[in-house]
Amino acid sequence: MPFTLGRPLRQLRLQLHESFVRWALRVRVPEPAPVVLSQRRVYVLPTRAGVAYVMVLVVILLGAINYNLNLGYALVFLLVGLGVVTILHTFRNLVQLSLRPGRAESVFAGEPAHFDLTLENPRKELRSSIRLFIADEDPIEVDIPALASSTATLSQPTQQRGWLAMPRITIETTWPLGLIRAWAYAAPDLRCLVYPAPAASAPPLPWSDDSAHGSTRDGSGRDDFSGLRNHQITDPPRHIAWKAVARQSDGPLLTKLFSGAAAQRIWLDWQLLPPDLGVEQRLAVLAHWMLDAEAAGLAWGLRLPGQRLDPGSGPTQLAQGLRALALYGTA
Amino acid sequence: MARRDRPVSQRQAWWLLAAALGAFLPLTPHLPLWLALGSGSVMLLRGWITYRQWHLPPRWLLALLVIAGTAAVGFEYRTVFGRVPGVALLGIFIALKLLELRAARDALAVVLLCYFLVLAQFMFTQTIATALVAILTIVLTTATLAAAADDRPAPQLLLRRSGLMLAQALPFMVLLFILFPRVQGPLWGLPQDRITATTGLSDSMAPGSIAELSQSDAIAFRVKFSGPVPAQSQLYWRGPVMSRFDGRNWRATRSMGTQSTPPYPLTGASVDYELTLEPHGKPWLFALEHPDAVPANSQFSDDLQLLSREVVRNRTRYSLRSYPDTQLLFKDTATNLREALALPRDGNPRIRAAAAEWKTRHGDDATAIVAAAEDFFGRQLLAYTLTPPMVLDDVIDGFLFETKRGFCEHFASAFAFSLRAAGVPARVVTGYQGGELNAVDGYLVIRQYDAHAWTEAWLPERGWVRIDPTAISAPRRIADHFVAAVPAGEALPFLARANMSWLRDLRNRFDAVANGWNQWVLGYTPQRQREFLQSLGLEAPDWQQMTAVLAVLSGAVLLVLTAWILYQRKQIDPVRRAWLNFTRRLAKRGVQWHDWEGPQDFARRASLALPTHAASIQAITESYSRLRYAPQATPADLSHLKNQIRQFHP
Repeated sequence: MPFTLGRPLRQLRLQLHESFVRWALRVRVPEPAPVVLSQRRVYVLPTRAGVAYVMVLVVILLGAINYNLNLGYALVFLLVGLGVVTILHTFRNLVQLSLRPGRAESVFAGEPAHFDLTLENPRKELRSSIRLFIADEDPIEVDIPALASSTATLSQPTQQRGWLAMPRITIETTWPLGLIRAWAYAAPDLRCLVYPAPAASAPPLPWSDDSAHGSTRDGSGRDDFSGLRNHQITDPPRHIAWKAVARQSDGPLLTKLFSGAAAQRIWLDWQLLPPDLGVEQRLAVLAHWMLDAEAAGLAWGLRLPGQRLDPGSGPTQLAQGLRALALYGTA
Repeated sequence: MARRDRPVSQRQAWWLLAAALGAFLPLTPHLPLWLALGSGSVMLLRGWITYRQWHLPPRWLLALLVIAGTAAVGFEYRTVFGRVPGVALLGIFIALKLLELRAARDALAVVLLCYFLVLAQFMFTQTIATALVAILTIVLTTATLAAAADDRPAPQLLLRRSGLMLAQALPFMVLLFILFPRVQGPLWGLPQDRITATTGLSDSMAPGSIAELSQSDAIAFRVKFSGPVPAQSQLYWRGPVMSRFDGRNWRATRSMGTQSTPPYPLTGASVDYELTLEPHGKPWLFALEHPDAVPANSQFSDDLQLLSREVVRNRTRYSLRSYPDTQLLFKDTATNLREALALPRDGNPRIRAAAAEWKTRHGDDATAIVAAAEDFFGRQLLAYTLTPPMVLDDVIDGFLFETKRGFCEHFASAFAFSLRAAGVPARVVTGYQGGELNAVDGYLVIRQYDAHAWTEAWLPERGWVRIDPTAISAPRRIADHFVAAVPAGEALPFLARANMSWLRDLRNRFDAVANGWNQWVLGYTPQRQREFLQSLGLEAPDWQQMTAVLAVLSGAVLLVLTAWILYQRKQIDPVRRAWLNFTRRLAKRGVQWHDWEGPQDFARRASLALPTHAASIQAITESYSRLRYAPQATPADLSHLKNQIRQFHP
């Protein structure tokens, strides 16, 4: 019986909660920065501990009445006053706090997205034990010193590539006595770019003819030799520094690096992929290639239908490439 | 919620142990020794476990201990219900709960138990000292509650915060205390274990029983007269009346109230007063002779003693009007008069012989017989003393003819005996005589050492007449104070001695404070609440009115506290306020500042827009930047900035 009845009830509860949150948030989402938790959007209710406290007060009051204990009355009235005062203190701990969206580093789908929020305390007193959390995630607890700010980083799992807006967050506190919970909802304007997850396995890098020639035509690339690094499985075998390996018999394989841009130019091309691959799979393979190419120190370019990224390398190139993949087909 | 299952930290364990000790220690004098020691050692053990960071004992062991403790309490008190057994159980539970601190929920349980133990303390005593100890306990417990939520701050910080919050709670406490509609308890059956043995008058009187009371300076009751205090010699506070004599002891016979209106006609001037009686575990109410009505829930007995329907367990307050000059002239019952003549068959032959001689001389003239008896007592040269010699047989003869030394009960007993022997109905009345005016608060304080016994004789034409035989031999006992009548060198209660006047003065001050406490804090009963609110202008204070006033005033206090919050908010950051002031002035000239814009960028833009003011804009911005970002900005810098802005008129 409880099973059949429980589910609709829980659903109803969730729905009610959701509509309360919408009503309580009452602002256009996302909110412009900074988000100031004004008095109107901070809510206050007793915690479970607070309910237990009230019940104990009732029992103390009954005892005081029954035994005509005037000091018992005084005790219970003092504790009632304490209960009222702690509402104010808890409320005060949260109200007028302002949130400023910070950074949200791009991540690959499947990795948690991290949203940085800067919490500013415009008051001359420490705000202690402020908890922030996204729906079902674990809360982050921060203290914000007087007239200063702290950063809280909230995490959210990702599944899809593209822009991930920071979900609605709850900011709550039960400081100082744990009897009262003050909370507010906020939807700061912060989003995270989620790259497609690189394919777990991908075909080798698409060495085209001209790119392969560029490095081996006459060995002139040797002039541009710029160093050694540990061999990676995607490096062209002809770049292995056999001499160096031979000097250290049990050492790792090493790859020669060349700085000549023309020497290792590679195009990561949508069209090169087998036609039976879907869009997301293609993007996954391209992401994988991009990382490989970057790791190999190659200059790589990207061709997507209708888009083109000229060859290059380095973090900016990688970010641009991954961004193109993340947003492919969305804009 | 996930947070509730946090384990209790070592620091929190220390806090909880301290709070539990603070709540438990004041209770130990009221608990059996084994329990105080048992729970105390469990707490010590808990301290050791915390110190060594050992594992807590398993749950089954605690369950066994709880069962054993409950059984032991049941064995000790023959029940586990009621006030004292309940408190004893709480004392066991809090100690064992300390051994079960696993999650935040357990910590909360300990804190709430501590608050409860404070209430338990009040069941035994409610003095000012108890209240002070309770305040300390509550501050400690509240700090512990804060530590259970967040244990990082230093202990003194948590204690200070707890003290501050409780101070802010005080206005609510005062309002609720005054205005919360009071209900007269008990709500359910009051356990019978509240009576504790106290010193005081009893319903029988043997030689030496009142002299014993003279060593106690415990307060019997306090009286507030609405007019001037009557003369000391008029202050006879009537208590148990004793008519039955067995040769040694006098006994009260009437234990039932029978009438609500006095049978005697009232004469002379009246005295209005309010009497606050300390609990004494007997049904007697004391009254100045002779009241015109009875207090609520009480009646006159046949021998004109005030009896309450229930024994006096709590401090009781009642208002009376008495007529000290009233004569008890009414037709008393034949039974009463017959009983007032009864004597043992034999014993005390010498006083019987003397009485027989008065009777043959004066016949039925009771007035003359009484005069003869008074004359006889005067001629015996009896001495008033706190330490009369012991007489084994024929106590009356022994006192009157041999030792000639006695305390008031000897006098009253001997006088009533001799009148009865001469055929005049007589009885002994016990009570208190006199009292000491506390100049500090104007209350007349009657202590146990003011206990007294006197005699009443039945004269057909005058009714029952009070005759105080002690006054014949020791007139100062009645006119002044019993200390004045006692020979020098006798053992008196320390503070009753004449040379202790400065100490007595000090005691009077303390007593005035204690009395104020009793009258206004402990004695704030539903009735007093009504009277007090009426005196404040509430015409008919019923619970609706009280609740309404309470709501309004609490709302006002809440507003003040909330205003305090807002005030604090406006207080913040005068530097920024000055800057905003500056930007407002520029905005009037069309240079809008955006809050994402740095001060330098803004200054550059503003200078370009208003080139004539470029210098002052730069100067102000520089001052602002220095205040904002330089490590050593002083208040002087701030006032400089404010000045600059004040003089800035773009």
